[in-house]
Amino acid sequence: MSYDVPVAPGDTPAEVQFGGGVDHGFPLWEVFVRAKRGLSHTHVGSIHASDAETAIQNARDGYTRRAEGVSVWVVPSKEIVASDDAESMFEPFEHKPYRHPTFYDIPKEVGQL
Amino acid sequence: MSTVTTRNPLAAYIVRHADDNMVIGQRLAQYISRAPELEEELAVANIALDHIGVADHLFTYAAKVEGGGRTGDDLAMLRTEREYTNLLLVEQEHDGFGELIARQFFFDAYQALLWEALADSTDDTLSGVAQRAAKEATYHLRHSSAWVIRLGDGTHESHRRIQRATDRLWRFTAEMFEADDLDRQMAADGIGVDPSTLRDAWESTVDSVLEEATLTRPEDSFQTSGGRTGVHTELLGPMLAEMQWLQRSYPGLSW
Amino acid sequence: MDARTEEERFNAIIDDDEKIEPRDWMPEAYRKTVIRQMAQHAHSEVIGMQPEANWIARAPTLLRKAILIAKVQDEAGHGLYLYSATETLGVSRGELQELLHTGKQKYSSIFNYPTLSWADIGAIGWLVDGAAIVNQIVLQGTSYGPYARAMVKICKEESFHARQGYSIMMTLADGSDSQKAMCQDAIDRWWWPSLMMFGPHDSESAHTAESMSWKIKRKTNDELRQMFVDQTVPQARYLGMTIPDPDLEFDEESGHWKIGEIDWEEFWSTIRGDGRLNRERIAHKVKAWEDGAWVREAATAYAVKHGMKLDKSA
Repeated sequence: MSYDVPVAPGDTPAEVQFGGGVDHGFPLWEVFVRAKRGLSHTHVGSIHASDAETAIQNARDGYTRRAEGVSVWVVPSKEIVASDDAESMFEPFEHKPYRHPTFYDIPKEVGQL
Repeated sequence: MSTVTTRNPLAAYIVRHADDNMVIGQRLAQYISRAPELEEELAVANIALDHIGVADHLFTYAAKVEGGGRTGDDLAMLRTEREYTNLLLVEQEHDGFGELIARQFFFDAYQALLWEALADSTDDTLSGVAQRAAKEATYHLRHSSAWVIRLGDGTHESHRRIQRATDRLWRFTAEMFEADDLDRQMAADGIGVDPSTLRDAWESTVDSVLEEATLTRPEDSFQTSGGRTGVHTELLGPMLAEMQWLQRSYPGLSW
Repeated sequence: MDARTEEERFNAIIDDDEKIEPRDWMPEAYRKTVIRQMAQHAHSEVIGMQPEANWIARAPTLLRKAILIAKVQDEAGHGLYLYSATETLGVSRGELQELLHTGKQKYSSIFNYPTLSWADIGAIGWLVDGAAIVNQIVLQGTSYGPYARAMVKICKEESFHARQGYSIMMTLADGSDSQKAMCQDAIDRWWWPSLMMFGPHDSESAHTAESMSWKIKRKTNDELRQMFVDQTVPQARYLGMTIPDPDLEFDEESGHWKIGEIDWEEFWSTIRGDGRLNRERIAHKVKAWEDGAWVREAATAYAVKHGMKLDKSA
């Protein structure tokens, strides 16, 4: 549809190599918003800014226009350390049902436990 | 032709502040889709929305106080430049981001003080608008100060541009603190504020930001005024012509 | 130990209707397609600011002015969310912008049409955003996680866009003869381009099959177009306005509205760059970017001087 702009018949699309170009823009920051008091800051997206102070302003103007937040964090994107998300990383935890309360059958008579 | 908006002093007082916000909001809105970065589009639009929101509230209130059957939109869209009573500063055009920021900075520093004072107005409606607008103005000032500092203390080129912009707009700054009879009357009644009392605090804000920005405080002793009596520069007329075009071309309709 | 290959794991995620996330292995063609689509979506939002910004200064009331500013601002915001989603794949916004400025990447053809009256602002909200929403609601289910999340956020924000547009049209349709004429004229000019927004027929659409199998696209161009037509025709009737299609008729059997043939020549020439305002739109964008260079350089220089500059290379 509209956003997958088609290539006109007879035209050849420009061959584009991503990731190698020079970026003249500002550094990238990840934005975390606290929706209301009592909740954690949650990742919402990213913005560009030249420094931390303007990054906070840009996060506020970009991500809280409908009063979605009472507080924002910004973190330089390159400072995020991420897991590799391989299957060996998290799947082992799926096989330890005894860590969950529903694993145990306790008679009703015992009451709250 | 009458050059006063209204014979009711309270309405006239509210209208002058509405006019300031209307005109600077319109100027900012003209910049949308022309900002140096996508993030700045969002910032400029937020500030424009704040000013237009304040103008809308104040025009609506002035129309009610005036009691003559006009609406807030009538006050915005159907008065001529001689009837507009905004400060000359806010009608000044910007040749780019530098002048936009310099104009905004001088005005934000003034409005932050103005709304803080008007928040104590004995007029409940005005006080209510002022309390909200004070918070908005505090943020606007933070935004414009940050940019004045970055442009002033950025590159040689940006320093030159923002210095030139502050120099050019300096002659419109004293008008913000000129008190006329209406200001004095409203201040005496506990409704308004005498703007001359805001000057010292404004100067100290401006001086400290200019200093951090490594900018020289403009020396120009020539100061011009006349906005409060409808004697404008030649820049307001074309702006109103554009802004009011639809209402004037198709009079008396709903939109 | 699970010995699935990366490709098998990728396919399993798609089959299970789960989301692909930025650090997952993905076929190079998937990555390219997602980048291209998100980038062009982002470009469309940003270029789409221009036709509407054209009327901000002339909006007839303060409320309409505020609504229009908020809407154009949202488009900047949506561009931001989408560039942000694209950047999760290691492409910088600067790179993408360069591709837009040099014409190597496109944006939706709809934004090459001029806004000539206030009613066009209503028509864009109702028809253009209406068409966009039909598409974007479905795209919330797209397989690339950051794109899907951006769509959820955008859909939430965009529902007001269509409603404010229709509200303008209702006011005009209810107004003077001159307002009614303005309203009809806008529908006459925006109806067909809005239908073109959905792209060529499925039979002509090169990317559709692959995108569907990867669940980047969830419905075909023709399916989405039909959804839009079915929801919009009754809305036009409610306004008392005419849809400029003599072949438009309700098909009792299928329960759908059948439309006449779209002028594909106009569509393709607009895509190729020969629409009414293609050159102006890009020139406007490039000028804003170039005019802002000294500002960006200043902010960077300030950050360097004060030890606040981040090293961009991760």
